[in-house]
Amino acid sequence: MSHPAAVTAGRPVATAAPLHRRVLAQAGFETRAVLRNGEQLLLTLVLPVLLLVVLTRTELVRLDTTDRIGLVAPGALALAVLSTAFTSQAIATGFDRRSGVLRLLSTTPLGPGGLLAGKALAILAVEVIQVVVLGSVAGWLGWRPTGIPAALLLLALGTAAFTSLALLVAGTLRAEAVLAAANLVWVLLLIGGGVLLPVALLPDGLAAVVRLLPSGALGEGLRAALTGQGLAWGPVLVLGAWTLVLGAAARRFFRWH
Amino acid sequence: MPATPATAVVVSGLVKRYDHRAAVDGLDMVAPAGAVTALLGPNGAGKTTTVECCEGLRRPDGGTVAVLGMDPVADARALRPRVGVMLQDGGLPGAVPAGEVLRHVAAMYARPRDVAALSERLGLHTFARTQVRRLSGGERQRLALAAAVVGRPDVAFLDEPSAGLDPQSRLVVWDLIRSLRGEGTAIVLTTHQMNEAEALADQVVVVDEGRVIVAGTIPALVGSDGTVRVAVRPTDGAAAPPAPDDVLAARLAAALTAVAQGAVQVAAVSPRVLQVRVLQVRAAADPALLHAITGWAAGQGVLVDVAPGRRTLEDVFLDLTGRHLR
Repeated sequence: MSHPAAVTAGRPVATAAPLHRRVLAQAGFETRAVLRNGEQLLLTLVLPVLLLVVLTRTELVRLDTTDRIGLVAPGALALAVLSTAFTSQAIATGFDRRSGVLRLLSTTPLGPGGLLAGKALAILAVEVIQVVVLGSVAGWLGWRPTGIPAALLLLALGTAAFTSLALLVAGTLRAEAVLAAANLVWVLLLIGGGVLLPVALLPDGLAAVVRLLPSGALGEGLRAALTGQGLAWGPVLVLGAWTLVLGAAARRFFRWH
Repeated sequence: MPATPATAVVVSGLVKRYDHRAAVDGLDMVAPAGAVTALLGPNGAGKTTTVECCEGLRRPDGGTVAVLGMDPVADARALRPRVGVMLQDGGLPGAVPAGEVLRHVAAMYARPRDVAALSERLGLHTFARTQVRRLSGGERQRLALAAAVVGRPDVAFLDEPSAGLDPQSRLVVWDLIRSLRGEGTAIVLTTHQMNEAEALADQVVVVDEGRVIVAGTIPALVGSDGTVRVAVRPTDGAAAPPAPDDVLAARLAAALTAVAQGAVQVAAVSPRVLQVRVLQVRAAADPALLHAITGWAAGQGVLVDVAPGRRTLEDVFLDLTGRHLR
């Protein structure tokens, strides 16, 4: 910069780095934090890949289809979103909140807004890695997906809904409670949330409820889109509504201290 | 761009309540640019809450805070590049190597300090590759201080900067704080280490129960060889408290004129909220002077503690905040 900086008391006034540089720095910082954490990698990559392979190559779960990979691969992608946007993000944010990391970074030029933007970008970055890895493994297992644009829309909406839930949980509970809740929700939704396996496999009463959960909407929407049934508007509406409600609640109740 | 005012931080009538209990209860404070202001007080006195209101991390329930002439909450975006913060609980991410943390914070500023030079100065280079959670308490404190100053702030809020430091680290930290002051930075630090306040602070603000008990320069608080400190308190069973400060000071000055062979300056330096009135007599202590002071007290019907010369800040602090545990 060649222009003379504003000077007070004989020295230049400190200024912030450009917004994009701050947000990108934060995104890189958070992405590296996920990638070097063994537990987070287990949750976001190892388990989804393992479940993808096992459920495709074995008859462990009966699926009334000749195209097992066609049903399992979209479920693995939905699980990846649940892992990264919700469980992993809630735990990281909960502990960063307790140790004061959120407060310290919010006093730097990054600010609370830049911190959130950086987190969102980091989640997307990890999801890109997940999609590439899961997509490659699924392709190797014989997956030939269609309807990718609709799937991308659903992935984005699911990410928004689950990130809002993560921030709500992380910003209101104690760090230990966040850890317990985030892992418990992951297990419960994996088993009975319509994420990995079709909602139709659940008992009728439960299935109706699960279709209205973000997990069920994301899973069913992805399975429909990627098996060539086009964009289902039901899941889009459900995910959009959850994003609005959870986002408003997170904005209202999130505590920095 | 407004010029940096000579007073970098002005807090007036600050009130902050948690669950209806006032943690800060009408606190006033001024921190000049190019000076170290130490907030001194027992645990729970309201030091950290005060600093957090200045940092924009908490919203005051009453009173006003101005940092560089701006509101820490409303003008946060303009203030963040110019204010450095060291939190009491660190705020450093545990799983990240120390060097990466500092480089990351530096990346938020357009013209940060040279990270390598700052690391060298604070001895961070020896543990740059170590995860923050594996650092010793002192190493963590030095890293947090580096993060607070890497953006060349005009104002630095340091919450207990030398807690847990060994003597060598403390000297390094004090040295850095002094050179920040030399560059014109306003430094507001909290501490309950008297030697730290005495070594570093240009002015001390003693806080207890959310209020300022007394504020001033170190010499004004501890006295010097040419002064005698006279604490005046009512006798047990006295109906009325002693007269106001200025009245007492004038009476004592008049009484001492004869022994001191000339006019004697007597200044009132009383803490604001206590019963005790403290006067400072500007004269070298000698037996005749001390005799005259106690004689004056007998005439007034009051008790006096007479302390000639320089006292330690710790004595002054304990006198003001009491010796009981809390």
